[in-house]
Amino acid sequence: MSARQFGDTILEVNNISLSFGVMKVLDNISFDIKKGEIRSIIGPNGAGKSSMLNVINGFYHPQEGTITFKGETRKAMAPHVAASHGIARTFQNIALFKGMSTLDNIMTGRNLKMKTNIFWQALHLGPARKEELENREAAERIIDFLDIQAIRKKPVGKLPYGLQKRVELGRALAAEPELLLLDEPMAGMNSEEKEDMSRFIIDVNDEFGTTIALIEHDMGVVMDLSDRVVVLDYGKQLADGFPEEVRANQKVIDAYLGVPHE
Amino acid sequence: MNASLNEETLDTFPKLLLSHARLRPDHDAIREKDLGIWQSWTWSQAESEVRALACGLASLGLKRGDKLAIIGDNRPRLYWGMTAAQTLGAIPVPLYQDSVAEEMSYVLDNADVKIALVQNQEQVDKILELKERCPKIEHIIFDEIRGLRDYDHAFLHNFEDVQQKGRELEQNDPDFYQQQVDSTNGEDIAIMLYTSGTTGNPKGVVLTNDNCIITARNGIIREGLTDKEEVLAYLPMAWVGDNLFSYAQSYVAGFCVSCPESASTIANDLREIGPTYYFAPPRVYENMLTQVMIRMEDAAKIKRHVFHFFMKHASKVGVKILNGESVSLKDSLIYKLGNIFVYGPLKDVLGLSRTKLAYTAGEAIGPEIFDFYRSLGINIKQLYGQTECMVFICSQPDGEVYADTVGTPSPDVEIKINDDGEILYRSPGVFHSYYKNPESTASTKTEDGWVYTGDAGYIDDKNGHLKIIDRANDVGKLKDGTMFAPKYIENKLKFFSYIQEAVLYGNGRDYSTAFINIDLDAVGNWAERNNLAYSGYIDLAGLPEVYQLLKECIDKVNVDLSQDSRLGNSQIRRFLILHKELDADDGELTRTRKVRRNFVAERYETLINALYSDAEECHVNTQVTFEDGRTGMLEADIRLCNAECYPLSSSPQEDAA
Repeated sequence: MSARQFGDTILEVNNISLSFGVMKVLDNISFDIKKGEIRSIIGPNGAGKSSMLNVINGFYHPQEGTITFKGETRKAMAPHVAASHGIARTFQNIALFKGMSTLDNIMTGRNLKMKTNIFWQALHLGPARKEELENREAAERIIDFLDIQAIRKKPVGKLPYGLQKRVELGRALAAEPELLLLDEPMAGMNSEEKEDMSRFIIDVNDEFGTTIALIEHDMGVVMDLSDRVVVLDYGKQLADGFPEEVRANQKVIDAYLGVPHE
Repeated sequence: MNASLNEETLDTFPKLLLSHARLRPDHDAIREKDLGIWQSWTWSQAESEVRALACGLASLGLKRGDKLAIIGDNRPRLYWGMTAAQTLGAIPVPLYQDSVAEEMSYVLDNADVKIALVQNQEQVDKILELKERCPKIEHIIFDEIRGLRDYDHAFLHNFEDVQQKGRELEQNDPDFYQQQVDSTNGEDIAIMLYTSGTTGNPKGVVLTNDNCIITARNGIIREGLTDKEEVLAYLPMAWVGDNLFSYAQSYVAGFCVSCPESASTIANDLREIGPTYYFAPPRVYENMLTQVMIRMEDAAKIKRHVFHFFMKHASKVGVKILNGESVSLKDSLIYKLGNIFVYGPLKDVLGLSRTKLAYTAGEAIGPEIFDFYRSLGINIKQLYGQTECMVFICSQPDGEVYADTVGTPSPDVEIKINDDGEILYRSPGVFHSYYKNPESTASTKTEDGWVYTGDAGYIDDKNGHLKIIDRANDVGKLKDGTMFAPKYIENKLKFFSYIQEAVLYGNGRDYSTAFINIDLDAVGNWAERNNLAYSGYIDLAGLPEVYQLLKECIDKVNVDLSQDSRLGNSQIRRFLILHKELDADDGELTRTRKVRRNFVAERYETLINALYSDAEECHVNTQVTFEDGRTGMLEADIRLCNAECYPLSSSPQEDAA
């Protein structure tokens, strides 16, 4: 597979280290994400993948290192800064509003796009009405995109797991992110659902040009989807490169298959 | 008015479109639910879309006689593609959108498709995969660009770009479109539809504009349809029924067709549109009824009582009211009340509250299902048709609707039954030919235009309706020469919920006999209610009480058959209940769950021999395949049971027949 060409770096993490007390969760991690690529972070359980995502998202503040997002270097991100600057995410264990419909859940993802104040919104008048229509249209585009028209008005809590994951992706897309962080989008899915989800991830990247950072431990999926892959193990960075390089890397093979201790 | 003049000049779809654009420019022609909202195109808008597309197709080199494949869900743009091709004298060939690439390749190649108009990436990918094998395909046009931005093949075009090309062509040659429309005529080939082909390769049925338009118009006149009808186009475009109901009849009558948002939202879209004119195969009606019944069982007690009270009343008088017969004032008042509390809301949930006319066809429909809908006041009727004549052969006139007939011949249709009992018809809808298959054409269509249907049937003496009994190939004769139609009787048996499957034997024998498969759920439930203990399927199937239960079912079928002078002698004399379910894993059923009669006969030869002897019991040893692929032996002693046979109720026509 020939590597696709990408533009500028959108996000760069430099020498990130994160500890909880004596537990060193991330140890001196550095990599970059280029605009428009699908970048995967993989590793066995407990490798620090989700922590890495939480650092990018601003939920964890690393003790060392810097994060450069769209040219601005910070010691740490803050979640609201991340969100308002175009980073959206999904969660490993679904975090939707179970009692609300698919459509309403996706509309919550539009919240940051709404400019009118609560007064107009409550009355559903004037500018708020117009804005609601625009946002509803954007939400409908996502529903159409993800092919979930049939569950538009169903409460999310009643949907099967695979569909809930799709709705969660929809909510993240509603924010029209520049960088989309997906935390194990395929965990717990059967192979058909995995295939669907892979298709959607590729389509999102293709259709909207969204940069995607993907955490996954299903190696097969990752290798097919990703442009470049970072491998973590016990908080350390084992490898970084194109899928075929990573696949051939002895350290990565050992980490996944295990090696006898000398 | 000069309606007759119109009918003569408006003999092609492009001409009909132009006339609607002039006569009813602001009347909705087609609708599609997109982004959660129903988007409409009026006839004049539809006309300008078709105009641009037709010119665009011309600039891609589509000429008279060329084929345009159309693949996708029901979408306005795909329907426009049909008209655009017809404008140029080219021939649209709709394909089943869910066929895999392999299946498509035969049709694409056989039809000599030059350009393919497809819905989305899924279909584009399939055709790209086949491109090597189908070198005749020159261009692919797609409707939805999603996922296709990175495809950089020169022969791949966006729908809008093609229309843009068309508009440019029109600027240079403003009369081009009108000239094309004027040059079409009724004898031009309008469409090619491939029959699914249960045996061998599918055959392309070539239909002319006259075939389609005259048949569509006759149907409209017979049922009194107007341009106010609402139709939901949800059946595959490659199927002749969709072509008639959602395309030809819409173009003739000028009514609006709505395309559902996606295959999974049909039930919801049906409710929103509330079609006045509706077609569905029997299975759809059956499923709707089952859904309603299951939901009612879960409803609160009082609701359930109200429901059952009014449904009972509906089954007593509903059909009479629909047929316009008189009922007592009290009954009519209770029915009106029922309409407020039960029938109305129920029809609304089903999306049938505005339905003036609902058709069903394709296979036998259970009488109780049929009566359920009719008792609600939904005018559901059966029709009989084929691709080879643009659907209509027979349909049921108002007031003459029966569960077991398919009605009287449609206007301009002649039917006759030949000596073998096979139905033949002749009509203005009779197809032109099978594409590139003169042998099949010659063996199906006679010189003077009669078409063999392959179905056996007869005209009912009582009401002049056609009754279909079976595929002609399956029909045999008892030793005494009586017609033996196994599937007809099996269907009657299968309408009982206790019977899952039935296999009849009798061809070349003295009398008919039956294998019965019980329905484990229904019979098991019955056994529980009657305090009968059983340990499993074999045990249940062998219970004397179960035999008694099924004997009653069979007796009812025999009574039914005795009313029929032709089939009366094929009453079931003896039957047995099989100790195992017929199973596709054992080769007894096809994967689509049709009984493989001959295979079953060979496998259970000892049982059949026993049925034609006086034995009361028979020992069998059967090899079975378990779900994990292992095989085992199943031994059982099967009881054989005699059923009651009834004397034929003599009818005056008996001797003549």
